[in-house]
Amino acid sequence: MMKNRFNISKNSAGRMTTYIIVIAAWAILEIMLHTGLMSSHMEGLLVPMTYYAIVAVGLNLCVGILGELSLGHAGFMCVGAFSGAIFSMLTVGKMPDGLRYVLALVIGVLISAIAGFLIGIPVLRLNGDYLAIVTLAFGEIIKNIINALYLGVDSKGLHLSFESLTALNLEPDGQILINGAMGVTGTPHDSNFTIAVILLLLSLVIVQNFIDSMDGRAVMSIRDNRIAAESIGIPVTKYKMLAFTISAAIAGMAGVIFSHNIATLQSTSQYFGYNVSIMILVYVVLGGIGSIRGSVIAAAILYLLPELLRGLNKYRMLIYSIVLIAVMIINWAPGAIEKRTVFFDRIRKGIKNGAA
Amino acid sequence: MMSFFTSLVNGLSLGSIYAIIALGYTMVYGIAKMLNFAHGDFIMVGCYIIFVFSSGLGLPPVLAILLAVVLCTVLGVTTERIAYRPLRNAASPLAVLITAIGVSYFLENMALLIFGADTKSFTSVVPWSGLSLFNGELMIQGITIITIGISLLILAVLQLFVHKTKEGQAMLAVSQDRGAAMLMGIDVNKTITLTFAIGSALAAVAGALLASAYPSLTPYTGAMPGIKAFVAAVLGGIGSIPGAMIGGLVLGIIEILSRTYISSQLADAIVFGILVVVLIVRPAGILGKNIQEKV
Amino acid sequence: MALLDVKNLSITFGGLHAVDDFNLSVEKGQLYGLIGPNGAGKTTVFNLLTGVYKPTSGKILLDGNDITGHKSAEINRDGIARTFQNIRLFHQLSVVDNVKAALHGSFGYSTFEAMFHVGRYASTEKELREKALSILRVFGLDTVSEILSSNLPYGQQRKLEIARAMATGPKLLLLDEPAAGMNPNETAELMETISLIRDRFDMTILLIEHDMKLVSGICEAVTVLNFGKVLSEGNTKEVLSDPEVIRAYLGDDE
Repeated sequence: MMKNRFNISKNSAGRMTTYIIVIAAWAILEIMLHTGLMSSHMEGLLVPMTYYAIVAVGLNLCVGILGELSLGHAGFMCVGAFSGAIFSMLTVGKMPDGLRYVLALVIGVLISAIAGFLIGIPVLRLNGDYLAIVTLAFGEIIKNIINALYLGVDSKGLHLSFESLTALNLEPDGQILINGAMGVTGTPHDSNFTIAVILLLLSLVIVQNFIDSMDGRAVMSIRDNRIAAESIGIPVTKYKMLAFTISAAIAGMAGVIFSHNIATLQSTSQYFGYNVSIMILVYVVLGGIGSIRGSVIAAAILYLLPELLRGLNKYRMLIYSIVLIAVMIINWAPGAIEKRTVFFDRIRKGIKNGAA
Repeated sequence: MMSFFTSLVNGLSLGSIYAIIALGYTMVYGIAKMLNFAHGDFIMVGCYIIFVFSSGLGLPPVLAILLAVVLCTVLGVTTERIAYRPLRNAASPLAVLITAIGVSYFLENMALLIFGADTKSFTSVVPWSGLSLFNGELMIQGITIITIGISLLILAVLQLFVHKTKEGQAMLAVSQDRGAAMLMGIDVNKTITLTFAIGSALAAVAGALLASAYPSLTPYTGAMPGIKAFVAAVLGGIGSIPGAMIGGLVLGIIEILSRTYISSQLADAIVFGILVVVLIVRPAGILGKNIQEKV
Repeated sequence: MALLDVKNLSITFGGLHAVDDFNLSVEKGQLYGLIGPNGAGKTTVFNLLTGVYKPTSGKILLDGNDITGHKSAEINRDGIARTFQNIRLFHQLSVVDNVKAALHGSFGYSTFEAMFHVGRYASTEKELREKALSILRVFGLDTVSEILSSNLPYGQQRKLEIARAMATGPKLLLLDEPAAGMNPNETAELMETISLIRDRFDMTILLIEHDMKLVSGICEAVTVLNFGKVLSEGNTKEVLSDPEVIRAYLGDDE
């Protein structure tokens, strides 16, 4: 019998466990933070760790539940980051900070959802690796377009250019929103660890509940067998679009947290390139494809791992890569799985014999 | 007008390099059915090997390239044997993809450790300065001519190899149906090893040409050309050797023309945009065959 | 009027006439067999009826409505459900979830309710579960409802596929080689199940089968297909003793 490798936390008990783990981790880290047990370097990693966990949750909805490999989620994060940041730049001081942050989140989520929807229309018609490479392409397109974009606002409204700042023809009192490759400067620093964790919990509620619902079952039936799903009347395109859009929206939410946690927001490869999408995909796969809780745990551990290996300085990424390869082979290679089973069986028998 | 031709020739040259990488990519993908994300990094390794032997140890460029080809082949075959083969029948195809990403990280960081992050300036392996046409209005560099020539030569040799030799036929068989090929007595392991050997050797050649045309070398030199070559392979129709060639050339020309006439910052966006448009119109690429699932 | 009326249905794949001028009429409540040697085009007929392929020409009428050219999902909503020759379960879902997925059309709440488990979620899910279990009970699968469907033994996987198709509340059920790969005991049990469905739900069933014992045992009428064309049709006993039909079978490997 094939063992089920895809542990989907189905019942509410499973969901609660996930929330408890997140809340407990948050509490421990908060205590460390307030008792001075945490280095300032580590402190700076908490918010990024959390927003990458959020993207991983969103990406797992796409990869694990919908079964489509996306290599472009950093692009959706980018859309969320910039739309949220621009909203905040435009409204800072004009409304209470809390309300503004919430609205920035709503706007970032909505616009990345729209981006996900529009990109989903052509992309979801493709299969397998073609879909992967096109999502990668879209991610790069988004990053490059925003990187080349100049945006400003004055009394006449929004000005947009792909050439230069001067081409915007802003009035002297106009406000620069995106300064080309220099990006957005001066987004209010609203994000903090607690807010990020609350949003992580929100994304967990949405995704885990979604999986355990009629919509989720429809999506998973398409993943398991598209032709059979059609044969029982499930509108395949609709549900693929739905899952993909939610997934993009969650990545966009992480983007808003990102842009309100950084002094200068730039659309560079370092932040939004395909390498970031791949990094998050690694979290999803190592955490267990389809296991939402696994994504969160893997994101947290793997994000911190290279940083914790900083003592090893030059060797850390090398070690990380070797660990990654080794873990994949040990966990997934049919040969290794067999050897492991035999090994554990022998130990179990040994224990039995010893006891007898 | 002449500047247009200059761009076109430069585009052909870059496109030829993409095509050589894409040929390796498309063969590995078609036969081993895996997206070898580390393929681009093989190019980088090739560049550093030539750099060490040629600029460092003063060997003649041809010898340095030969050594790079040999060492990259060994690297490709070893990587396949150690990291990819154990995962060939894994429950999820993502397993080997993530491993390839691990290999990519490994190679980049290994290079970072040995050579550092600073840019090495690469001396062109082609000493010939090139042709001057139309009273010097159109300059075609030697490396450009050599690149285009070599890519055409490789295309011809590969086509002959695949269609005329027993090993090539075995590759076609494995790419179409691995199980059936095995039943017919084809050694699948050997065939896949050979594919990786060819792909990696091509990566080394591409590296020599790439670094000669764009002579700044860092541990990340191969990553983007690798991705673009994969885009080229998909564009042309994955698994198709002439498709990879066409895809590479189209991509290179569009990239250079966009850089010259539209915006250097938007060139990559345009290149990726072309891929999206082509796949919407032809979901299996320009020369690819659309295979429907049997019900 | 017949429940299913197929008129002059044809499809060509690159010049090959896979199904050629196919006619079929199935009355309501009938158990109808579609037989023929391998490669005769039986599954292609099913694929045409369920919208997997679009016919080159011809008409498909279900209950008097023209459903020609409808897409798969639409055709299920029109009232045709099917199983597959090579079992197509949702293998990472539990047995009960396979059926719940198929009840998708008859129950509903919004995506918002799905994401936050509010509103109609709890009551609908409860109803859904009861309905799914009651369907599974008919097939004797209620005791294994929480098992992953891919972990079921082969015979039960076939049954689950039928249960899933029945859950969509079809007017017509298409079974593609339901007894393939079954031993005689399992086949006998399957025959009982099929008769039971027909009697209990007053279901109209069209099935493809190679097992002649099953066909002669439960089908009232059959159509024989050979090289994409109708070779013979009518009362099962008469058709099966038709010398031309016997020749078609004996001339083949089957």
